[in-house]
Amino acid sequence: MNESRSVFQSLVIYFGALLILIWSAGPFLWQFSTSFQLDKALTEGTPSLIPNPFTLEHYYNAFIEKGLHHYVLNSLIVALSTTALCLIVGSLAAFSLSRLDVKGRFGILTVILSVSMFPQIALVGPLYLIASDLGLLDTYTALIITYLALGLPLVTWVLFGYFETLPREIDEAARMDGVGPVGLLWHIILPMSLPSLVTTGLLAFITAWNEFLFALAFTSDSDSQTIPVGIANFTNQYYVPWGDIAAASAVVTVPLIVLVLFFQRHIIEGLTQGGIKE
Amino acid sequence: MAVTMTVPASERTPGKSRALPSALWPWLLLLPAFISLASVSFYPIFNGLYLSFTNRSLITQDNDFIGIANYVQLLADPPFWNAWWHTIWFTVISTGLETFIGLAMALILCETFAGRGMIRAAMLVPWAMPTVVTSKMFGWLFDGQHGIINFILLHAGLIDQNVNWYGSPDTALTTIILADVWKTTPFMALLLLTGLQTVPKSLVEAARMDGARAWTIFWHIRLPLLMPTLLIAGLFRALDAFRVFDLVYVLTGGGPADSTETLSTLSYKVLFSTLQFGYGSAVSTAMFITEGLIAVVFCIFLVRQIRKTT
Repeated sequence: MNESRSVFQSLVIYFGALLILIWSAGPFLWQFSTSFQLDKALTEGTPSLIPNPFTLEHYYNAFIEKGLHHYVLNSLIVALSTTALCLIVGSLAAFSLSRLDVKGRFGILTVILSVSMFPQIALVGPLYLIASDLGLLDTYTALIITYLALGLPLVTWVLFGYFETLPREIDEAARMDGVGPVGLLWHIILPMSLPSLVTTGLLAFITAWNEFLFALAFTSDSDSQTIPVGIANFTNQYYVPWGDIAAASAVVTVPLIVLVLFFQRHIIEGLTQGGIKE
Repeated sequence: MAVTMTVPASERTPGKSRALPSALWPWLLLLPAFISLASVSFYPIFNGLYLSFTNRSLITQDNDFIGIANYVQLLADPPFWNAWWHTIWFTVISTGLETFIGLAMALILCETFAGRGMIRAAMLVPWAMPTVVTSKMFGWLFDGQHGIINFILLHAGLIDQNVNWYGSPDTALTTIILADVWKTTPFMALLLLTGLQTVPKSLVEAARMDGARAWTIFWHIRLPLLMPTLLIAGLFRALDAFRVFDLVYVLTGGGPADSTETLSTLSYKVLFSTLQFGYGSAVSTAMFITEGLIAVVFCIFLVRQIRKTT
């Protein structure tokens, strides 16, 4: 196709590509740069992408004054627990639907996927009442239980798609050797599915790491609040501390971006086979 | 784990003794997922439906069945319809823009050029970022005084004076739509790209041989074949846009002058600020019904489209 392209067409494509790059990376680059600039530099004169002078003041404020590390720790505990539970419960369900004799499995899959489309605001009230009755407000447990259900549909769906691509012959061979269903899953299917487990684990992690609504409703102190709630509450009385917010944004987003860029190929493949394949 | 113990136990028990368990296995493995979804998704939906017929309040401790009184109040409640229209407007405009721009991006990415892999990777950045961070980031980009967007537009001569983007009722909802479009379009483009890549190359090549122009190829070959993907991606995006909460709550909190209030933020306020769980549940149930209607209409359209193309 390359040969048949005119100079004009090539120009259009490269210009478009440049626009996409600016669109995708530009705003966060500016946010990142902001986190290293003095408030004075941010509010005066011409904005500059290169911090001058360079300062770590905002990072100091975010951690020392606003206690960002508390939120990071809470988020890590909640997100990692959610990821582990999602992978366990999701792989059991996906394995059952893909490899065992389940009647109406596509019906079940459709129901599971449609659950993820429920408006979360319709769930938060009743769940709040339950959590309150059980004394689970301001605990990690309430968040982890909720996030498990939020992440589960996508995890199950993507893992199901991956399991379906594994050859059926291995099931037969395992059965011949007298290996039961759980043995088949644990010793054969899961080890073969590591790339997909990494992708789905990452998706579950991102879901839990980024979730805001339930965290806002269920938690009220920095011992249990997660990062999104912490950042949302990052305000000073008389002005908006954009620099501090930018620093906190960088702290919570950069690790995520690194992970995503590292696994990007798997993510796109995993999501498209799960979400769009007909 | 119990897993390793199960293997030897079932190893040498062929035939009848395993007949019953083997029929139960699939359901046993599905059980944890069912329990999770039933308790965190299905139960709350039904409980919310029930609550919407009560005057449950955490302040007065009322908890009586009052029939459809909440819904009667709802239908005559201007803030509800205000939020309803904002939500529909937000959903239609942002989904439309995201699909349109996403398609344009996908068409560019469909071509081979140097650095394509890098761009595809960069496009995951907006998607991966927490929505709260996106919200704060747009708060800074579109800041009325020192925001860089105002600076750029001012120096490009497109505006005469600083625009108070999300601080003014005229432009606040637009700013939120822009933030949503920024965040979700690249991902939409990546989904559409995988759809475009399933269009047989030979078909496009053949058309090109026959001297078809790029526009004709797009309109008569790629677009019809992409339609199912486009509609499904659009449906998921629309349902997601309809529940918008984080962006609005963090950037404007529904203001100024309720100009960005959406159904999610309104429900949240009724639930957790006034603690009227009965009325709040009526708002969220009405929202659930509207969302269900959108899904049904979309699905009918989708089925019709697929029938037409096949």
